[in-house]
Amino acid sequence: MKFLEEFRDQETAHGLLRSIGHLARDLPRVRFMEVCGTHTVSIFRHGIRDLLPENVKLISGPGCPVCVTPRTFLDQAVHLSQKPHVSLASFGDMMRVPGSQSSLEAERAKGRDVRVVYSPLDALQTARENPGRDVIFLGVGFETTAPAVAATLLRAKAEGIKNFWVLGAHKRVVPAMEAILQAEEVSLEGFICPPHVSAVIGSQPYQILAESWGMPCVITGFEPLDILQGIYMLLSQVIKKEHKVEVQYRRGVPPQGNPAALRIMGEVFQVEDSLWRGLGNIPKSGLGIKESFAAWDARIGFGLEPEDAGDPPGCSCGEVLRGLMEPANCKMFGTLCTPQKPLGPCMVSGEGACAAHFKYAQVSLVKGKRPL
Amino acid sequence: MGDLIREILLPMLDNEILRRLGDSAVLQTEGGERLAFTTDSYVISPIFFPGGDIGRLAVSGTVNDLAMEGARPLALSLGIILEEGFPMEDLVRILRSVRDTAREAGVSVVTGDTKVVRKGEADGIFINTSGIGTVAPGIDTSGEKVAVGDVVLVSGPIGDHGVAIMIQREGLRMESLLESDVAPLWGLVEGLLSLSGGVSFLRDPTRGGLASVLTELARITGKGVELQESQIPVRAEVRSVCELLGLDPLYVACEGRCVAVVAQERAQEALELLKAHPLGRQARIIGRILEKPPGHVLLRTAIGGSRLVQLPLGEQLPRIC
Repeated sequence: MKFLEEFRDQETAHGLLRSIGHLARDLPRVRFMEVCGTHTVSIFRHGIRDLLPENVKLISGPGCPVCVTPRTFLDQAVHLSQKPHVSLASFGDMMRVPGSQSSLEAERAKGRDVRVVYSPLDALQTARENPGRDVIFLGVGFETTAPAVAATLLRAKAEGIKNFWVLGAHKRVVPAMEAILQAEEVSLEGFICPPHVSAVIGSQPYQILAESWGMPCVITGFEPLDILQGIYMLLSQVIKKEHKVEVQYRRGVPPQGNPAALRIMGEVFQVEDSLWRGLGNIPKSGLGIKESFAAWDARIGFGLEPEDAGDPPGCSCGEVLRGLMEPANCKMFGTLCTPQKPLGPCMVSGEGACAAHFKYAQVSLVKGKRPL
Repeated sequence: MGDLIREILLPMLDNEILRRLGDSAVLQTEGGERLAFTTDSYVISPIFFPGGDIGRLAVSGTVNDLAMEGARPLALSLGIILEEGFPMEDLVRILRSVRDTAREAGVSVVTGDTKVVRKGEADGIFINTSGIGTVAPGIDTSGEKVAVGDVVLVSGPIGDHGVAIMIQREGLRMESLLESDVAPLWGLVEGLLSLSGGVSFLRDPTRGGLASVLTELARITGKGVELQESQIPVRAEVRSVCELLGLDPLYVACEGRCVAVVAQERAQEALELLKAHPLGRQARIIGRILEKPPGHVLLRTAIGGSRLVQLPLGEQLPRIC
């Protein structure tokens, strides 16, 4: 991975910041939403917010898959982990998310078989190696992870594996971005769009945001120079009063996306309405498992009821996810809710806005809270 | 873990020496000599990993706890708990590694104990080592004498151990040539302690990594610690794995590195002393002590931004995407 240093060069960064300052000089306040949690982390980790001109604000959006997964999904996972013969396999950052009664980490401490995996294929391997166990994989994530889960389900079907299921909560990014615009709660001048999701779906799906909502969109990489260039491209659109979809992250995103990934997603998943934490029910924002794969759908196999959203009282994750509140302004931030004892999912996931704010605190936070 | 120690262990066993919670306890003998005393238990999966094994780790960890107090290791104890059926050839391999690492550190195992428990009552092998050492007069690495303007050094690339272990762990199917940095540091530290004017702070960034040691330094001194991200040595391989898993190398454990603070005018000399030892070839000056922000670690990022480095809380968890 030789590309890291090149995208963190100080001189180039200074050049970009000068250009950004020049473009922003005569503009009123502009606000861009970085949709993806990995952007949020990168922005904080490299101290980008403090480097931008006063009138250019970045707002964290709903792009952390752990954060937007409803609490009841966790409750279902906890419930499944308590069944005899069940082995639950999950990505690491789901482990500490509190459900209404318990978390997967707490269940594991009680002796339940809950395993951290790095790929759904590893969970399938667990099923192959343990024919006496019912292995359930928690399929959480956006279009980035959905293809791998689809490939895993295709393989499970091809091999006729009977002791493997997916409890799915896959989500689509663009409908959530549209929902944020539709709610009209936060005024935005542009979107910093996620690169890895776009490597799968391509740039076309964002057109609706540019065309119907007049929103400048730039698909931007995760490295600091990517982000600065993305901001520069957004500002250029704002100044020219343009609204189009541009790709800053050309090294990873072809316009048509990844046809092979899209094809297998289409074989396994169907678009359906989906519940988002903080955002509620969003039409066509989910990827449900198709009926032809019902034999591997944990929701059917284990007779689970559909979820309803519900946040612990006092938790402002919903507002944070909708870009209405800076994490530091939540009254539980850093006191009742910390990465060690998180109440809301935005504090649990490494990609969550609250965790990023907490871990990579801005220097200005030492002096006091910063207004949005 | 911190809560467990502070809320349950410390109140129960409280005394002046324990309260310091240093890497080692430092005891004053009647003859006026200072003895450092420390213990640590080692449970690691996998037992054998690239660059080392539980035996090398158990000796290095305890020798390093002594060394960070500026103590020359005198002797070690070795306690082993074996699960019934543990392969004898593995035990022999581990003991050979204990012997070789102790030799490297110039210390002997002088007492020990072995217990065998029934299958399922332990995970293969657990090792405890304790160590004693002597602290020469005038040495104080506690951080209490750190002054504004002092310079922070690290003895080599960070995160090798943590990442090497993570790659080996079940589930992460990656291939890598990366080796753990696990090593006994007394030889390196002994050289550094010859620095005129001395070393005012010494710690090994194990659990919680560099971030943990430096936030501790800021807390103890009440001063600001300013780090230059571009100066912190991180191997390309460690950086890549961390990027892939969404981890921050600043928080990843080392088992053969140390962080030192010295006076500004001695910084070059200290760097040369570290580089003169095979374990310190890639030593670097990474930061300095400032008035502000008091009690905090400020990181100047590679692109010229800045942020605070926070105390690590809990284990880092690999992310979804």
